[in-house]
Amino acid sequence: MVAHGRQCKIEGSQATARQTAELLRSVISQQRVPYTNQAGALIDAVKAVGEQLIAANPVELAVGNIVRRVLHIIREEDLSLTTAAIGELNLSAVSDDENDDDRDGNTTLSAAAVAAAARSTLRPPSLQTLLEDTPVSAAVPQTSSSGAADKSSRSRKLKHDVIEAVNELIQDIVTCHEQIAEQAVEHIHQNEVILTLGSSRTVSEFLFAAKEKKRSFRVFVAEGAPRYQGHLLAKELVARGLQTTLITDSAVFAMISRVNMVIVGAHAVMANGGVIAPVGMNLVALAAQKHAVPFVVLAGSHKLCPLYPHNPEVLLNELRSPSELLDFGEFSDCMDFGSGSGSPLLHVVNPAFDYVPPKLVSLFITDAGGHNPSYMYRLIADYYSADDLVVQRRAIAGN
Amino acid sequence: MDSRRSSRAVIDPKVRQVGFFTSAPLPPDRTQSDPPDPIRSPPLADASSPGNSLSPVMIPPPRHPSDSLLRLPHSPSDAFPPPSPTTTTTSLGDFSDDVTAASSPPPAAARVRGRGSSVKQQGAASSFPGGGFEVPPSVKAPSSVPASGLTTVSVVKLPPGISVEVQSDRALNSKPLKEKTSKAERRAIQEAQRAAKAAAKAEGIKTPAVTALANAKSAKSTKPSPQRNDSAVVVAASEKKGGDRSVEKDRKKDVPHPRMQYDDKSRVQKLKKRSVVKPTEARNRVELFRHLPQYEHGTQLPVLQSKFFQLDTLHPAVYKVGLQYLSGDICGGNARCIAMLQAFQEAIRDYSTPPAKTLSRDLTAKISSYVSFLIDCRPLSVSMGNAIRFLKSQIAKIPISLSESEAKATLHSDIERFINEKIILADRVIVKHAVTKIRDGDVLLTYGSSSAVEMILQHAHELGKQFRVVIVDSRPKHEGKLLLRRLVRKGLSCTYTHINAISYIMHEVTRVFLGASSVLSNGTVYSRVGTACVAMVAYGFHIPVLVCCEAYKFHERVQLDSICSNELGDPDSISKVPGREDINHLDGWDKSENLQLLNLIYDATPSDYVSLIITDYGMIPPTSVPVIVREYGRGQLWIYEECDPLASPGRCSDAVFFVDGLIFYPSQHLVLSFWFPDRPPSGLNNDLLERSDNFVTVAENGNFTNFEL
Repeated sequence: MVAHGRQCKIEGSQATARQTAELLRSVISQQRVPYTNQAGALIDAVKAVGEQLIAANPVELAVGNIVRRVLHIIREEDLSLTTAAIGELNLSAVSDDENDDDRDGNTTLSAAAVAAAARSTLRPPSLQTLLEDTPVSAAVPQTSSSGAADKSSRSRKLKHDVIEAVNELIQDIVTCHEQIAEQAVEHIHQNEVILTLGSSRTVSEFLFAAKEKKRSFRVFVAEGAPRYQGHLLAKELVARGLQTTLITDSAVFAMISRVNMVIVGAHAVMANGGVIAPVGMNLVALAAQKHAVPFVVLAGSHKLCPLYPHNPEVLLNELRSPSELLDFGEFSDCMDFGSGSGSPLLHVVNPAFDYVPPKLVSLFITDAGGHNPSYMYRLIADYYSADDLVVQRRAIAGN
Repeated sequence: MDSRRSSRAVIDPKVRQVGFFTSAPLPPDRTQSDPPDPIRSPPLADASSPGNSLSPVMIPPPRHPSDSLLRLPHSPSDAFPPPSPTTTTTSLGDFSDDVTAASSPPPAAARVRGRGSSVKQQGAASSFPGGGFEVPPSVKAPSSVPASGLTTVSVVKLPPGISVEVQSDRALNSKPLKEKTSKAERRAIQEAQRAAKAAAKAEGIKTPAVTALANAKSAKSTKPSPQRNDSAVVVAASEKKGGDRSVEKDRKKDVPHPRMQYDDKSRVQKLKKRSVVKPTEARNRVELFRHLPQYEHGTQLPVLQSKFFQLDTLHPAVYKVGLQYLSGDICGGNARCIAMLQAFQEAIRDYSTPPAKTLSRDLTAKISSYVSFLIDCRPLSVSMGNAIRFLKSQIAKIPISLSESEAKATLHSDIERFINEKIILADRVIVKHAVTKIRDGDVLLTYGSSSAVEMILQHAHELGKQFRVVIVDSRPKHEGKLLLRRLVRKGLSCTYTHINAISYIMHEVTRVFLGASSVLSNGTVYSRVGTACVAMVAYGFHIPVLVCCEAYKFHERVQLDSICSNELGDPDSISKVPGREDINHLDGWDKSENLQLLNLIYDATPSDYVSLIITDYGMIPPTSVPVIVREYGRGQLWIYEECDPLASPGRCSDAVFFVDGLIFYPSQHLVLSFWFPDRPPSGLNNDLLERSDNFVTVAENGNFTNFEL
């Protein structure tokens, strides 16, 4: 998988996300869980693999997202188990009033720790949570060590639950298109004119869904040089009987004045509501803004990245081969390699992604509904736990 | 010589002298040289003031000169030579303009026209007491025939539009009569009133200028008697009024014809009957563009080739150019325009008027048929439309008296002149201007391939400026590759990318240079599709966008979007990606009904995105485009005199000096800026000399003379 990631063999963030989740699931299932601190062990194992995966292709943010999601799942499952266990313990404590002080103290302590842990996960991330999280993780082992009797059953249960949850996550990723597409009818009306750029499965499913609901509308597809995925999308749309017009990317500005809505897919959605998208998207977004055309981004929740971008045009970008623009050797006749001062006269720039700032985005449609760009940070808090971001950041920096 | 010097001495040094000599002999009665002395006669003041008011803006008084008279010796309206505007070559820095007459009505005295005035000039102008142009005696070349009259600018001024009209009318023998009668009537009425007034004033005040002028004129050109003067003035005034009206009419005519709308079935049918090329309609037409021709591409060429011998009406040169348009061998506004004009030149050369027809009418019809053939091959660009308009007006202006060979020679040289001045020279002026905007260390971005931008980049490179070029390209034509190749060959450091990456690359760019197919009068830049995207992103990054466009491409049309008028290219070129065999999803696309491929050729860039338009008239904001269109758009600058512009460049006998520091050669339709003493003029090559602040140096048969300003 790491090798695959490195070679960019996997196309599309959805496939990447699914495979990452599956990989992590197998990691979890193969991980031998110690009796104490199972959650910690799982987290460590997942993190180790995750770091490798992320390092393999730092631009593919979906990998990091899924790793964080899995970590979050482990934490949550652990938490819910602990809460359940503590509930039992408390019950027993209540029923058995004549217990040792020792044991009693232990229980209350662990109850307090669980409460703290519960607070930390259920609350939105805040500075306080971040500060609290060391005591929490210290407290958790204590609790887990407390109930010696049901240790083995609980450890198996944790692993089982985690795998269950990861399966759910995989399911979510697989079905995110459908969930997004379900909302299509709410956004596309009769005789709408829609513009999109390149090809995204989310977008095509979205449009198909609207088409199936007997809406008739026309679609302008910008071809999305240099990958020309738009050709593919146009072909698919036509196969479904949609009125489709393929335009060059340069004609986007000319045509956008006749467009009611721009619907595009994304590569990743950042925490500030900015979008990393296939190259050319910023152009479309600017043109849409100029003509006050809504710019709608469809993104599965696996594309939500809890990081805040810094200089994303450069740092979160990838320069692809110049051969997509110029044939190899096409300019060899006019390049003078012999007498050059070392720096070649000709550079070819072929970036893969564009960054669309949040102010240009009108709406995000995720599998959890439609959201404003400004709401993204909150959505992200639902999916990730705050301490994972920090860890992951450190991991990236370390690499 | 003596008289000249002495006269100079008389003149107040502050007064700038402006002389006007017509080189060709005029019948003495026709030339009225009167001192443009506003004070003397109100009408005159009115008349001369336009020139004056113009000068601050550096637009040489359009309405003066007239040599066109020369061409129409028999023309009845006599004293008012049709304004022949001149051309333009611009001086560095503050653009100078040419004298064009354009269709503007005689400006009210106060009206300031043009843009970009130099303050200094203004000062000079205002310091001018009379405001009139006087004859600088010294300029008078010995060679100039004594008989040649001095026509003072102010008197002669005629709105060019009118003159054109009159001329053409004459040629066609149509309504000039009516015009004339009305003029005559008014003349009669006004003469009486004005004569008294003017005479009184003339007596009262004699400005030094007048004296000087009188001196200058010396014996040869007899000083016109006040009476005569008056009448002239009156005539001028009345003419002006008439002109006003006709200009008004002209304006109305100016409203651009509605374009052919291809969704109008009946008209399309009509057109089809006429057209030589029978295009088959494209099957998958884009709904939004029904009003534009959407034909199958690639089918016309073989059909046309097979038809070659049936098309006897078509001149081979025109035919060839048409095929080249069709196949895309010639593209780019300037290249297409030049190719077309040269083809017309050949066609005119081989043309002979059929018996019982007049040249002007028949030739016009002929040209029209050529044009419609060319339109069939590829829709005209705005530049070509303007060139055709020019050519037709030239044909219409040919006096009947001219023999056929003369007329053809005239047209030939007119076309030559158009190419030289409006395109070649204009480009050089643009380069001069634009280079000043390039600094060391700049990263210049350009889109597609514009000939003007290419020249700018190369010139800047030759000047040793250190800069980098970013070439942004787009499908399907990939014109940027050709530009890239040429620039890399020249040793410029280039970065190449595609239009989608524009937001990525824009971070490092400091200036954006764009070419244009046309600039419309609402400031919209009509250019290769994608230009708007580039300008928009540059605007978003706060990077200046400089559009380089020759003024002959300006058009009075307005446009808000890229849809109402555009050109559609071959859709097949979109479905195929050359060099990328893996992208073949759309093979056989035309079989499916729901799919259309749209290959737009142009788009309209809103003027908000444009920081500056560099034209041969200088660097202007997009809001000034209508001014250029209005002042220089029509009936432009053409002086018709058999004179090779390249010949005898140093000849000064017919130079006219304008207050704004231009030297105007009517015979060569050149406007030169001030010469440096150490750089004698040597023809077109030197037309861009810098002005000197205080002197104008004129070479006169090899001798240099300085004029103090």
